[in-house]
Formats: sequence, structure tokens, C-alpha cells
Amino acid sequence: MSAELAGSQIVIEILYLIASVLFILSLKWMSSPTTARHGIWAGEFGMLLAIIGTLLRSGLEDYHLIAIALVLGTIIGVPLGRVAMTAVPQRTALSHAFGALCVTLVGSAEFYLRAPDISPFMMSVLSVEVILGGLTVTGSLMAAGKLQEILPQRPLTYKGQNFVNFLLFAVALVIAVTLVLHPDHRALFPFMVLLALIFGVLLIIPIGGADMPTVISLLNGYAGLSASAMGFVLNSKLLIIAGALDGSSGLILSIIMSKAMNRSFTNVLFGAFGQVQTAAATGEVKPVRSATPEEAAAILSAANKVIIVPGYGMAVAQAQHKVRELYDGLTKRGVDVRFAIHPVAGRMPGHMNVLLAEADIPYDRLVEMDEINGDFPQTDVALVIGANDVTNPAARTDTTSPIYGMPILDVDKAHTVMVIKRSMNPGFAGIDNPLYYLDNNLMLFGDAKAFVGNIVKELGGGHS
Amino acid sequence: MNSSNLIDALFIFVLAGFIGFEVIRRVSPLLHTPLMSLTNALDAIAVVGAIVLVGEHKSRLAAIFGFIAVVAATSNIVGGFLITDRMLKMFKSSRPATKS
Repeated sequence: MSAELAGSQIVIEILYLIASVLFILSLKWMSSPTTARHGIWAGEFGMLLAIIGTLLRSGLEDYHLIAIALVLGTIIGVPLGRVAMTAVPQRTALSHAFGALCVTLVGSAEFYLRAPDISPFMMSVLSVEVILGGLTVTGSLMAAGKLQEILPQRPLTYKGQNFVNFLLFAVALVIAVTLVLHPDHRALFPFMVLLALIFGVLLIIPIGGADMPTVISLLNGYAGLSASAMGFVLNSKLLIIAGALDGSSGLILSIIMSKAMNRSFTNVLFGAFGQVQTAAATGEVKPVRSATPEEAAAILSAANKVIIVPGYGMAVAQAQHKVRELYDGLTKRGVDVRFAIHPVAGRMPGHMNVLLAEADIPYDRLVEMDEINGDFPQTDVALVIGANDVTNPAARTDTTSPIYGMPILDVDKAHTVMVIKRSMNPGFAGIDNPLYYLDNNLMLFGDAKAFVGNIVKELGGGHS
Repeated sequence: MNSSNLIDALFIFVLAGFIGFEVIRRVSPLLHTPLMSLTNALDAIAVVGAIVLVGEHKSRLAAIFGFIAVVAATSNIVGGFLITDRMLKMFKSSRPATKS
């Protein structure tokens, strides 16, 4: 420590220290659903202490304006906290954009306050802050737009895309280096921010819906790292810690997600998925067997063990509440029903769990892929609702398949597989699924919500 | 920030990163969505930097940028904690397991 701290400063620093500890505890308590809600209280309390500590700082004059901003933020925040559960992925992407916007604006303001008098180190972290922040702002807005279906969901690719992206990023870096060496070139700064913003858009354009879980996680990580960089700029230990926690959370999640798709980061970011396979479209019509709701209900009620495999299609059809009724109906008949959750099912990490929990399905019935995969051979019926690629056995066997090597749920090993699907059109990634042509597979054609509803009706009818 | 402060800050960053890694690794995949909305709310601690910008009002630009930043971060804090809480409330275990 170079100088003695004044009394009030010590109080503030201690408040920040307590807040840091509370933030870590908050994440620690997220390890289990039984303690997770303590985590929120710890987080909220920590946040409150940090804000109080900041308001106590000497040198603040305009409390009026601060109060207006806090109230305005609350007014915007409340509806964002009340969105429907199905809108959680786009809400999350939007909040990454907000977080990054805050960081980018603070970084820019700090630059103009300090500009010519800025050390090379300070300018370097400031550049990291605004470049990461800037690309996260627009990247997250793009992701939110795609998830909300304001923007087209399919990946947009063109020749030389990676080259253009790389060039843009390189130019932004050159500007950053120039500013580090010559911080008096203040006019260059807006261009650096602008390039980061454009880069964020271009980064997300080639990303398809199936890659969203990885991308959202990655943007989460970027938002955290940029906040940490801001902590270096402002010499705020609390901010460095919170940013590092958020950054590592985002990075861990993106590692888990890309592993679950058997793809590397670079592959997710620099290679669109859908275009690889064109072979699927070759006219050959293979026979499939299909079944009616009555038949499906009969098979399900005769089973002892059923595993339901939900996917994004269940979310789109909003079928989770009907699925809950099916779960109730079968459980009442003594059927053991569990849910198999693939890590990348849906549009963000944990998406299926939240939807099923919303429908009041107990969380101990939701089983991760690695835990449940060994149980499929002893399972009477695997019921796939709106999932496709995560059940595709080609990932195990067909070395030419674009998803070869991706870990999948081994539904094909169950005695009977039933797949609820609108039609035989290949899924989002445009990859044909050999599962549908297996002898133990039955296709249940129709809308997920309506079909599950019909099965439930049949089950009820047979009982009462 | 002088160089000894910088080294301190780097120590804090690296150690916090390690803690983050170890803590988050243990989070149940069940809770990955609420985890993300929670870290989002915590990340909005950046609001402290923005508050200082607004409060000190050193320049017009800094105050305007700071104001927008406070609004954005506050909405993340409020919205993030709210939705995380709503999600976690939904996670229920099946009624007291009666294993016999």
C-alpha cells in the first residue's frame, strides 16, 4: 500500500470486500437447487453493500442524476425480470448486451477524461475493455434478435467471411496498439469502438440456432472479461473479482456446450453448420412406421420404464405443460418416467430444465445425458419430443456425418422409440436422422403440444 | 495505477478466476440457466463505476455515458435477480421421497 487510506475509504473498501465474499458464496450456493435461493439473497445483499459503499465515496456531487438513473434502470429491469420462461434465452442475450453496454460506455468515458495522459498499460486494458464490450453489445443484440425471430435464424454465410471478420478485428487491434503508443490520437478511439461493434454483428451472422447455447455462453464470458478489464482501469478489486467470476462461468459453460456438440470454439465461431450436408435431400424415400395417439397411449401405459427426451421443438410448441400431464398420467399408472436432458437441448445451457421445472416436474426426474445413457437398453419406451440431432445415431456410427463424434442420447437402444415430429423434414441442421428408419421406431406425426394432449386424453379415457 | 497496483490487480484477477472455475464447475447442469442470469446480475456490479462517472460529473460526455450505463446495469441487476429467483422457485423436488 502506498498511501494511508482515509477512514471513510477503509469502510468503503471493507464493504467491497464483504460484497466480493458474498458474490463467491452466491455462486457456491448455486451448486444445488436446495441452497440456490440463498445464493440470490447473498448476491442481492452484496450488490446492495457495493452500491451503498459507492454512494459513500467522497467527490460525488450529482446524487440527483444518480437517483434518476437508478429508478429508470429499475423501471426497465422489472419487466425484464418478468418475461415468460420461454423467452429466457433472448432475455439472457439482451442482458449480456446491457452489461456490455455499461462497460463500453464507462470505458469510453474514462478514455476521454484521461486521454493524452494515459499509461500504455492503462490504454491496453482500456482497449480490451471496449473491444470486448463493444463486440458483446452488438453480438448479443444479434443473438437476441435471432432468438426472438426478429432476425432470420438460419446461418448467413458468404465467401471470404472469415477473412473479412479477421481483417476487421485486425484493424481494430492495430488502432488499439496505435493508441497504446500514442494516446494523444484521440480521434482514433471512436473507430476502434465502431469496428468492435461491427465485428460483433458479423460474428453472429453465420451462427445458426443450434449453436446458440455455445454462443450465449461465450458472450457471457466476454461480458465478464470486459467487466474485469474495467476493474483494472478503475482500480476496483470488486469489479475485477466479479468480472473474473462471470468470465470463468461463461467460459466453462461454453466449453461444456462445445464438448456436447463435439466441436471446438473456433469451429463454432468460424464455421456455419447447415451448409455441409446436401446429401440428405436425395429423393430416396425410406419406409417409416407411424402410430396414432391411441396406439402411443397403449404402448406407454403398458411400459414399466419410460424416458422422455425433450428438445427445442417442445419449447417452440410450448408443450411442457401437456408433457407434465402425460408425466402425471403415466406416474399414476405406476410407470417410472424420467427425462433425459442433453446439454445442448434447446437454445441455452439448462433451457429444458427450466421449462420442465416451470411445468412443475420435480427436478430429481431430470437426468443428465451421462447418467441416463446406460439405462436406455433397460427402457421400454423412449419418447422423443421435439429433439432431433441429439438423438441421431449417425453421430456414433457414420464417420461422414457432420455431427459424427457428438455425444448423443442413445434412444435407439430402448425397446421402443417414439418420435413426435411435424413431418419427415430434416431438423435445423439439415441432417437426416437414421433413427427414424429403425425397426423399433415409431413416428408420431403432429404438433408436439396437440399430440401429447391427445395421448393424455387417451390415457385418461382408458382409466376413468 | 502504478506498477505495484497492477501486480496486485493481476493477482486478484488470476485468483478470482481460479475460484470462479472451481465454484462454477460444481454447479449442477440443472441450474445452468439460472446460473447465467445470476452471473449476469452480479456482473452488473459495473454499475459502481458508472455511478462514480455520473456523480463526479467531470464532463458532459462522461455524465451522459455514465447515466446510460447506470440505467443499463441497474436493469440487469433488478431483472437478473428477479428472473433468477423466479426460476429457482420453480425447481421442486418430488414430494418427500417415500422409499420403502
